[in-house]
Amino acid sequence: MSAAFVTFDNVSLAYDGSGNAIEDINLNIHEGEFVAFVGPSGCGKSTFMKLCTGLHAPTAGAIQVDGLPVTGPLKVSGMAFQNANLLPWRTTLDNVLLPLEIVKPYRHQFRKRREEFKGWARTLLKTVGLAEYEDKYPWQLSGGMQQRASICRALIHQPRLLMLDEPFGALDAFTREELWCVLRDLWDVQRFTVVLVTHDLREAAFLADTVYVMSRRPGRVIEKRNITLPRPRALETTYQKPFIDLVQSLRAQIGDVRST
Amino acid sequence: MTKKSKLIERLAPWIAVAALVLVWEATVRLFNVPSFIFPSALETAQALVTYAGPIGKHSWQTFWTTLIGFGLGVAVGLVLGFIIGSSRFLYNACYPLLVGFNAIPKVAFVPILVVWFGIGSVPAILTAFLICFFPIVVNVATGLATLEPEMEDVLRVLGARRMDVLLKVGLPRSLPYFFASLKVAITLAFVGTVVSETVASNQGIGYLMMSAGSQMRMGLVFAGLLVISAMAMVMYELFALLEKRMTGWAHRGQDR
Repeated sequence: MSAAFVTFDNVSLAYDGSGNAIEDINLNIHEGEFVAFVGPSGCGKSTFMKLCTGLHAPTAGAIQVDGLPVTGPLKVSGMAFQNANLLPWRTTLDNVLLPLEIVKPYRHQFRKRREEFKGWARTLLKTVGLAEYEDKYPWQLSGGMQQRASICRALIHQPRLLMLDEPFGALDAFTREELWCVLRDLWDVQRFTVVLVTHDLREAAFLADTVYVMSRRPGRVIEKRNITLPRPRALETTYQKPFIDLVQSLRAQIGDVRST
Repeated sequence: MTKKSKLIERLAPWIAVAALVLVWEATVRLFNVPSFIFPSALETAQALVTYAGPIGKHSWQTFWTTLIGFGLGVAVGLVLGFIIGSSRFLYNACYPLLVGFNAIPKVAFVPILVVWFGIGSVPAILTAFLICFFPIVVNVATGLATLEPEMEDVLRVLGARRMDVLLKVGLPRSLPYFFASLKVAITLAFVGTVVSETVASNQGIGYLMMSAGSQMRMGLVFAGLLVISAMAMVMYELFALLEKRMTGWAHRGQDR
């Protein structure tokens, strides 16, 4: 693994007078690492995302991404949320293409290289199983399909950092597990850095290299757990003893957090 | 069965019109209302035919003044709505002002406009404009101002500028609001034109009705009313059609 890609150095953030939303965060994320943040609701997981992408500035401490201090919104990241947030007036393909109309240097080449870009989008859509849906509008897709498209949109410009804010939270259990595998395979091939915020411990343990457990507000990192399960991980492993033990011990930690 | 019920649904508006005309005719005859107070449907129709020439001339005048006023309203409404909607500060600053302005009865502007521009088409155009730009501004501004913050985040982490967000998401998103407001605005524009014509013009349907009324030719007055509402209805339907065409994605699920 290479040197730290994302560095948090004593970072705290207070939105207003109501105290810190997150407090004293120190961590290093390596390039290509898959990191998951779990914690009780309201623990500042989403705040962490906003800090990491530069949408918010910390009130104390310093954040570095790729060796440079974060001063404004990052330009190397892609983002997906619990809601797919696709634009209803664009087809799936056009939705996936949207970042290329905005990110430099693609935005200036968009007209010239349109067909090439479409090819990228089609390849991505194919890997997530949406090949036949590129001309459909978002409202013609199921929730799971929309989320797949949303992940494609987050990846189309080949970001070095993928931020996922509970992306599978609104999906049913089967679709969710299916999309875990989709994400796992995409990551396996491209090895971008992923920060996944979730409240699903199985999800975190199945996908991530490192799981950070956060305390209740003000959010602090109370545990860093390296997941040493061998890769590639099959979905079946999530039903086997070592995995279940792992999830249980994480669960116990969250339980401790809640009771104190 | 569905075919039949669909046919009935399509015919329903026409049936309603026919029913209204029947009730009108019947009421006038039943109570023997003199025609210089309230002409019957038949008398109104007769007036329509008899005075077809002058009615056509005057309604053409009303029609194009309205369209020019409406066009101005759309242009100004779009620009103003875009400016106000794109900044929370301007939105908060200008909204009360706009509401206050909208509360002024537009007929009160006509004397001022006459002083400035004299009698004729200009006050009519401007009254139509003044009355119809407000719903456009409000709708466009609201459409822009209610952008989902998450959608904005998605674009901002890509390095999008404020203008990118507005053009890629804000504007398309506010289009359904915009087209919805056009339907309202065009009917209001007719109101503005006719109000101005009745007070300060010597042409247009408003003027025609005013002078016919002063001569107690109520058939002609009512014919004028019918023509105005017919023009407004046609334009409304036109914009409703345009709305469906342009922003079909916003009307999904409603079985066309």
